[in-house]
Parts: sequence; C-alpha cells; structure tokens
Amino acid sequence: MAEKISQETVIKVSRLARLSLTSNEAEKMTSQLSGMLEHFRDIDALDLADVEPMTRPYPLKNVLREDVVAPSLDRDEVLGQAPAAESGRFRVPPTIGFDV
Amino acid sequence: MQKLAEIVAGVSNGTLSASAVLEEHLKRISTRESEINAFNLVTADQARLDAAKIDADIKADKKVGALAGVPIALKDNMCTRGVETTCSSKILQGWKPPYDATVVTKLRNAGAVIVGKTNLDEFAMGSSTENSAFGPTKNPHDITRVPGGSSGGSAAAVAAGFAAASLGSDTGGSIRQPAALCGVVGVKPTYGTVSRYGLVAFASSLDQIGPFTSDVRDAATLLEVISGHDPMDSTSIPQSALSLVSVLDQGVKGMRIGRVTDLPEGCEPDVLARLEAAFDALRSAGATIVDVKLPSLQYCLTAYYLIAPAEASSNLARYDGVRYGNRVDAADLNAMYAATREAGFGEEVKRRIMLGTYALSAGYYDAYYGKALKVRRLISDDFARAYKDVDTILTPTSPSTAFKFGSKTDNPLAMYLCDVFTIPTNLAGHPAMSVPFGVGADKMPVGIQVLASTLGEQAMFKVAAELERAS
Repeated sequence: MAEKISQETVIKVSRLARLSLTSNEAEKMTSQLSGMLEHFRDIDALDLADVEPMTRPYPLKNVLREDVVAPSLDRDEVLGQAPAAESGRFRVPPTIGFDV
Repeated sequence: MQKLAEIVAGVSNGTLSASAVLEEHLKRISTRESEINAFNLVTADQARLDAAKIDADIKADKKVGALAGVPIALKDNMCTRGVETTCSSKILQGWKPPYDATVVTKLRNAGAVIVGKTNLDEFAMGSSTENSAFGPTKNPHDITRVPGGSSGGSAAAVAAGFAAASLGSDTGGSIRQPAALCGVVGVKPTYGTVSRYGLVAFASSLDQIGPFTSDVRDAATLLEVISGHDPMDSTSIPQSALSLVSVLDQGVKGMRIGRVTDLPEGCEPDVLARLEAAFDALRSAGATIVDVKLPSLQYCLTAYYLIAPAEASSNLARYDGVRYGNRVDAADLNAMYAATREAGFGEEVKRRIMLGTYALSAGYYDAYYGKALKVRRLISDDFARAYKDVDTILTPTSPSTAFKFGSKTDNPLAMYLCDVFTIPTNLAGHPAMSVPFGVGADKMPVGIQVLASTLGEQAMFKVAAELERAS
C-alpha cells in the first residue's frame, strides 16, 4: 500500500474536494490521515487477488418507469431555497475567467 | 414512558385522546429538553393540529392508521416539506426541503404525530453527537455522558419520553449504538427494505432508515409501517412490507444462535458478561448456541472507513452553494465552492471527505478503495458461511457503555472503534438490532445486538423478543 501521506498530497486532495483548508487544518489533517492510513494497512496482509469486489449488498438492475407525465417538484419552491436565483434559474458567480 | 402500542390502542378505541398524549410528551420536552438537547426543532404547533385531526377523525368514526396519535421524532436528515432539515450542519441550516421523505409520508398516512427533528452528528458522521454543529445531545441516563451517535437525538428523545418512538438512519451503527447507550430498542433493517427517498445520503450502499422504540413490539409495529417497496428508491427491494408482530410470541425453541469465537478485541468485560447472560437466557428458552467463526470481521473497520468516506465524498459534492443551503460569495465559481464548503462543513465531515477523495483519487484507488471492496466481499462471505449453521448471531452492540463527553474527540480512530460490532452488518446489507439487556459496571444500559441474514427480520425479532422477556 502507498507510503505515508504528505502535506503536499493533503493540499492537492483538498483542492480536488473543493475544500480550502487553512494551513493549521492541513497540518492536523495530514497527521490524522497518516494515522488512519497506517491502521488501514492491516488489510495488506490479505491475499485478495481472486476476490470479486463488492460494491453493494445485492446486484442492482437499472430501474425504469413508464414514460408518463407525473407531478414534479414545484420550481418556485425549489428556487426559493437556493442561495441565489433569477428568472427561474439558479444564479452562480462567473464560471470562466473574465473580469466582471 | 408510554408505549406506542398503548397509545395506538387507547387513541383508536377512544379512551385516550391524541391531543392529550401529545401534550404529555410536549410537557416532558419543556421540562427536560434544555438539558438534553435531543431536538434541532420541535414542531409543536403542527403536531397539535395533527393530533386534533386524529381526534376529530375518531369522533367522526373514520378509520385511523396503525400509528394513530403516536408522537414520533425524526432524525434531522430526513426531508420534511417546508420544515427545516439541517443534518446538524451549518451548510444546510435554514434549508426547507420541497418534498417529504417516503418514511415521513408513510408515518403521516398511518396517523403518527411528528413532534420534531432530532440532533445528530453532522451528516450522520460520528458515534457520540459531539460532531453536531448545534451542540451535543446528552444521555438522559447521565447527562455527563454521550447518547451515542450518529442518531443520538432520536435515541435520547425516546429514552427521555419526548416521543413514543423515533426514526434514525444507520450507515455503520448509527441506530444500534445510540439505542444501546440510551437503553432503548434500535433496528437497522435489511438494506432496501425501507425507502431512502428523502433521506439525505451519506454512504448510499450502506445507509438504511430504522426505528427507535422503548420495546421490541413497538419496533416491529413501526418497522411494518415504514417498510415496503418504493418506486422512488431504485435500491428498494421489490416486496411488500415486513410482517413482524405476529412472530414475537413464538419463542426461540429449536433456534440456532451463533456465538462468534473470534470476535474483534477491545470489548469491556462487563459488556461481555451481559452477552454471556444473553446466551444463557436463550439457552434456557430452548435455543441452541452454536460457535461460528467470522475471521474477516477484524478488517471491517478498514473496509468501512475507506468505503463510507469514499461514498460520502461523492454524495457531499452536492453541497456546493448552488441549489440549496448556504453560500459564501466569492469572485468565481470554484472559489465560491471552496469558500462555501470550508465554512459550512465541520471538522469530521471534512476529514471524511478528504479520506474518501484520497481513497478514490488516481494512483490510490486500487490500493485503498478497490481493496476495501474486496474485503467487503470477504466479510459478506464469512456471514454467508456462518448462516448455514445458525439463524441469528449475538454480539455486543457497542464495546462499552456510554462514555464521557470529550473522551474520544481528540482521537478519530478511537471514536471509529465504537462501531466495530455494528459495521459488518452494513457492509453485508443484513439486518441487526440492539435490545437493552441489563446494565454495566457503571449502571449504564448495555445493548445486545441480534444479527440475521438478508431479510431475516422475523428470526431476529423472535430472538430480540425473547431477550426482552428475559431481561
């Protein structure tokens, strides 16, 4: 299994997770994650080569319904709970880099 | 404490009024809630209207449901239309869902009176409710101790008599462990028997809703009401509701009960002594105790704490400040996501998102998540072998009785070890329940866990009912 996790990796993972950890948080997180990953090495001893991964308790099939019109959520009620909405849509900050 | 069965019987035959029952519970809430903190929200006004409606229906000779007039509390990760649902997280504070969870609709249709939304570890991640953004819930048996978690508020609400029953969710023990620590019954049904529609997702292959009650019969009644196929949940098993109450008096004569000879270490001796007493009670009632081996169980913590955070890191990606919950404004979208999530999530939630993101990230997927899924298979195979020889298995629910506040908060791994006996069930998708069975050396409640194979709820409830008779 992988080597000890570095603070650099922690910061990279925090970017992937869209978390802007403070440097204190990143330091604490590095030490805690290292401790956990160390504990998780217990499964390294197992021979898992021929074991089928189990992603869920029982096999699932895609579930389809008849294509008939049914009530859906009320748009105004949904948008009313959004942090920002405008003209029947969610409003977000600029998504591409240009000055506004 | 008034039992669910007594309330339904009394309200249905007119000897009790739903309104009077509700007022008794609200009175207990007003007396003790300030010290217990079981609730994020008490919905007294709506509850009074709902109770009055039940009483009016009875007066008009209308048919009432199987939970007529029963005050019930909901873990605050179940969506209630127009009523704040927070998951005890700042990121969702103030959010009013635009729909009801299926379990909420089922409870209402059965005549239950919803009294409020209960406190939890943020997003159901924890074993003590100390991770709630709104302060911990206290154990009603001793307010210096935790109620367990993550459904600590739901367990405490029943133990304190604030509600006759409550619902919780269980991803790695979050119903059974707090039930044990608070001295009430808690059930994690087979994965797929209770709809997850409207349950805020933590780890979708593990999460399951279940009841807390003061006795086994009430748990059976409530589970009958909330179980059954739901087209809104693609993982819902296509079968009708469970039938449980009818088996409760059948006893355990001839049943084979498994004793795990290689149980993971770390259980307190006073809890193990109660487990032995439970085996003795079942033997006296005519059951046979059979030794079983579950060698992969010792790896359950590793498998769970890779799989659950991996699924959580994906599920919690939705809290991005766009569609619901709170936003921290920033100049561009990516900066807004990061600022919102940094401010909105607590320490444990961030830790699990980080762990899960890491376990799923390029270069580490096979070493961590991939391996964990294989260990999950080994655990499931162990159970499959064991259930060839036994009908149910008995273990402690929790390695110890309720612990003191702050005693595990600095060491995440020590907190995770609280779930060592409950996690395997979730990984396998099986049912398990905790039944109060005496007290430990500190006079705090001890719970015994009854496990069964997929859809083995009837066998599980027979054993639970026998333990209750013997306790």
